[in-house]
Amino acid sequence: MREITYRQALNEALAEELERDPNVFLMGEEVAEYNGAYKVSQGLLDRFGPRRIIDTPISENGFAGLGVGAAMVGLRPIIEFMTFSFSLVAFDQVVNNAPNMFTMSGGQFNIPITFRGPNGPAHQLGATHSHATEPLYANAPGLKVCTPATPRDAKGLLKTAVRDNNPVLVLEAELLYSSKGMVEPPDEELLIPLGQAEVKREGSDVSIICYSQTVPLALATAQKLEDEDISAEIVDLRSIKPLDEKAIFDSVAKTHRVVIVEQDCPFCGVGAEVCYRIQQNIFDELDAPIIRVSQEDVPMPYNERLEKAVLPNADKVIAAVKKVCYA
Amino acid sequence: MQPVEQRDEVEMLSLMLLIRRFEERASQQYQAQKIGGFCHLYIGQEAVVAGAVAAVRDDDYIITAYRDHAHALARGTSADACMAELFGKETGCSRGLGGSMHFFNRQNHMYGGHAIVAAHVPLAVGLAFAIKYRDEDRVTLCFFGDGAINQGAFHEALNLAALFKLPIVFICENNLFAMGTSVKRSTSLKQIVDRAEGYDIPGEIVDGMNFREVRDKIAEIVSSIRKEPHPTFVEVRTYRYRGHSMSDPASYRTKQELEKYRLDDPITRLRAQLTREGNLTNEQFDQLDKKAKETVLASVKFAEKSPQPQLDKLYDYTYANGTKP
Repeated sequence: MREITYRQALNEALAEELERDPNVFLMGEEVAEYNGAYKVSQGLLDRFGPRRIIDTPISENGFAGLGVGAAMVGLRPIIEFMTFSFSLVAFDQVVNNAPNMFTMSGGQFNIPITFRGPNGPAHQLGATHSHATEPLYANAPGLKVCTPATPRDAKGLLKTAVRDNNPVLVLEAELLYSSKGMVEPPDEELLIPLGQAEVKREGSDVSIICYSQTVPLALATAQKLEDEDISAEIVDLRSIKPLDEKAIFDSVAKTHRVVIVEQDCPFCGVGAEVCYRIQQNIFDELDAPIIRVSQEDVPMPYNERLEKAVLPNADKVIAAVKKVCYA
Repeated sequence: MQPVEQRDEVEMLSLMLLIRRFEERASQQYQAQKIGGFCHLYIGQEAVVAGAVAAVRDDDYIITAYRDHAHALARGTSADACMAELFGKETGCSRGLGGSMHFFNRQNHMYGGHAIVAAHVPLAVGLAFAIKYRDEDRVTLCFFGDGAINQGAFHEALNLAALFKLPIVFICENNLFAMGTSVKRSTSLKQIVDRAEGYDIPGEIVDGMNFREVRDKIAEIVSSIRKEPHPTFVEVRTYRYRGHSMSDPASYRTKQELEKYRLDDPITRLRAQLTREGNLTNEQFDQLDKKAKETVLASVKFAEKSPQPQLDKLYDYTYANGTKP
């Protein structure tokens, strides 16, 4: 194992998959000559050339659709959105074309495409650039959605996504690109299955279920809770869809108390689904009502103080944990 | 694979007859409530798809919008499979899961059947991208209606095709109406073909009621694309005799206008050309028509007796490799 950044991990995943399969290509705005708006595709143009690393004009609908069409005849496109906030311009392609094709054609056309890019609130980007799109996409049958929080997960999930025969969205965390973590050496194949959560920290008093940018928040909060003699177990979903019910239920059966810390907005959010499944399947394991910590239900304000107030933070998580623990 | 220049015109006339009789029968079955949802008929436009497929190889890619029955038939999908799809049966060309607007035939390179206006134009560019990526000499034919040319997806797709120099023919089937809105009321241009100019894509206007003109023009374009990949735009001027869909009485146009086009009927026209040249007798034509009617009638019987898709397979076509989230 060695320590690399989340950005490097994604870059390695792309390079390895491009190397492995000539049908894989990377397309998006600024991915080639600019080396990526967030430098995730650094050096790939030099290595793989302009046939496979392709800059596009600012036409998300156009190039997302191009990817779906190319996938219909067996190519395996990786389509980068500069941010998933911009994917909304391509919503029709991602939601109406990519996941519907297999059904509509009676199983004749599967779409092996990966849509990837940063997702979720970053820092003072305002309402249009701060969308956490995971509940939107997870709601569409036929799509798979993953949300890596660590460099290792980023690499392993992206590689798996590229090899999947269905449309997969890899929702990266904009604020985590420079974060570091231990990852297997490049000569060791790293594939992390979709639909497999990971317990990032063992605990016994409360299960904090989180994903993406809320994983580091939950881990930091768990440290603080330790000082108050509350032992928090951190379950990182890693994939929103498919959802690893078993990992969730196992943890809940152990702690009997649940706080869901999600980076999206509350209404019909990821936490609502997780919450539903817990009460539906293991109601008797619960010793307290589940609490969700999410964004506030407002468009993201630019003002820094207000933005902080909208987002989940340690104080909100601690308050929620204390409430479910009756502490 | 049949070389393009040898495609038999009498055979193509048969195809046009099959399309027309199929659509007439679909209309009747729709009214008898055997067919659900929306149903858009191609009657009047037969020369467009027949001319276009006659101009390309069988391994070239074609993709179209929701008025797609004809395109599936033109690509060798059986009337049985098409009618069964309309009936929502498991033997349909999309296993009864697609319906009228979503016909597919992978084996014969018919890539749908797409029901969101212009949303398939980027897909078509993707098919053409794959051709170039693999350094093949295929061509993509992308059909769409006049209503598509004002959608953002259309514009983005044309720009990408021109920028990447992709082997694609954009075929605008201009039947003068996007549902009930005439081209005059929807489009700021004097003629649709001028849309291509904005993307530095060469454009042509073709008489869509004339099979030979459509075929010859598209053949010429395709041969130039095979030498050096590039996009081309063709505005094919045609007319649908029926309303936009089965529920549309088409009261936004005059009977005189419809009659004018009926007199210029594409089937009558090709028949007259062939007869004049001594390549088709009236008896032969009647035989072809009889055969088309019989094929279509048989397809109704086939559809009727075909099984429904099985309930226990409901989840089998959501994810390839059978993932169930």
